[in-house]
Amino acid sequence: MPHDHSDHPHALLPPDPALRVKALETILTRKGLIDPAALDEIIDTYQNKIGPQNGARVVARAWSDPAFKDALLADADPVLAGLGYSGRQGEHMVVVENTPAQHNMVVCTLCSCYPWPLLGIPPAWYKSDAYRARAVREPRAVLADFGVSLPEGTRVRVWDSTAEVRYLVLPMRPKGTEGLTEDQLAILVTRDSMVGTGLPRSPEGKT
Amino acid sequence: MSRVHDMGGRFGDGPVRPDAPNAPVFATEWHARALAVTLACGALGQWNIDTSRHAREKLSPIDYTRFSYYEIWLAALADLLVHKCVLSEDDLAGQGSDAPHPLAEKRLTADAVAGVLAKGGPADREGGPEPLFVEGQAVRTRHPGGNRRVSGGHTRLPTYATGATGRILRLHGTHVLPDSAAHGLGEAPEPLYAVVFPAGELWSHPENPEDEVVLDMWQSYLELV
Repeated sequence: MPHDHSDHPHALLPPDPALRVKALETILTRKGLIDPAALDEIIDTYQNKIGPQNGARVVARAWSDPAFKDALLADADPVLAGLGYSGRQGEHMVVVENTPAQHNMVVCTLCSCYPWPLLGIPPAWYKSDAYRARAVREPRAVLADFGVSLPEGTRVRVWDSTAEVRYLVLPMRPKGTEGLTEDQLAILVTRDSMVGTGLPRSPEGKT
Repeated sequence: MSRVHDMGGRFGDGPVRPDAPNAPVFATEWHARALAVTLACGALGQWNIDTSRHAREKLSPIDYTRFSYYEIWLAALADLLVHKCVLSEDDLAGQGSDAPHPLAEKRLTADAVAGVLAKGGPADREGGPEPLFVEGQAVRTRHPGGNRRVSGGHTRLPTYATGATGRILRLHGTHVLPDSAAHGLGEAPEPLYAVVFPAGELWSHPENPEDEVVLDMWQSYLELV
């Protein structure tokens, strides 16, 4: 096979993506560079162990415990480390609070930065060109795509994750949730409400 | 100037399509394998996160646009493996040897996965230049943008935010500078700030003039107004 020293050696792999990843995995395994069991472990971690349920627990606790909320907003990293929610793609966390005056929304226009330890692997829409292109320029139109409209007088602040800092939105606690336990509150906290493209569920089951 | 990934503010992409409730984390098995093989190769220690982002951005605009998300990851991974001399082009073409690889001792094993993911890769560093700006100060982003050391190189100053005036919201600390680290030029850590910009500074037709965009900006991206 001639060496054409292309800038894009990936073209040497099969074009079909499922075959492409299989070919790469086979080559790397044969050379002892990857361990298929480690791949299984990585997949199991993000499929079953790390996901938005982590972030929901943090939000429910912040709704229930004012001192915890203050500490979380002031310096999230030690608070989250104490809960075991730190690590890859969540090394430097900032939590931003929604208020009647300000709604926060998170995007990564340049790639797909997302707080993995709290929310898991980003959904397809977060990584889509449409979200990356539009969230910064027309956040209200993007919110409408999610069925969300904000009250007049609420400013939108969009956080473009251009560095290794990852942002989590602390949504407003829904009305009618007085007396609910942290576990009951956590069920109301949706993934999208922690990205800022959604609102928490109401206790009656409506959003 | 810019590359294909730098799409913030672009027109014409159509609606955002939220996923179905309870959609699986990985839509297909190969998505999961693509993510896992990319993370496992990263553990070989031959590149950093900035290098791997740049490898994705460097795909030709045609490939970047036609590829799905994990196809972009796979293509960039294959390119990196060859450019960093981990694999040869013959290897990718299925004509390489199975001789033991010198990097095999760095292979990520299953029992090490939890520890590696929990540790992550913090980007903050001791030292570096002193912060020049304080909270509330007005600053302007560089224009033209782009990597100042390497033409066409990696940068995290999006084109839509060049030459814009905002104010310092907070200092995050001193972080590795991607413009340098992506190209093997050292970590060159700098103060990193959250900077808030009114929508009217960024867009000719702001959707709502009260709205704001915050970007994390390294000190060398900014000048005092």
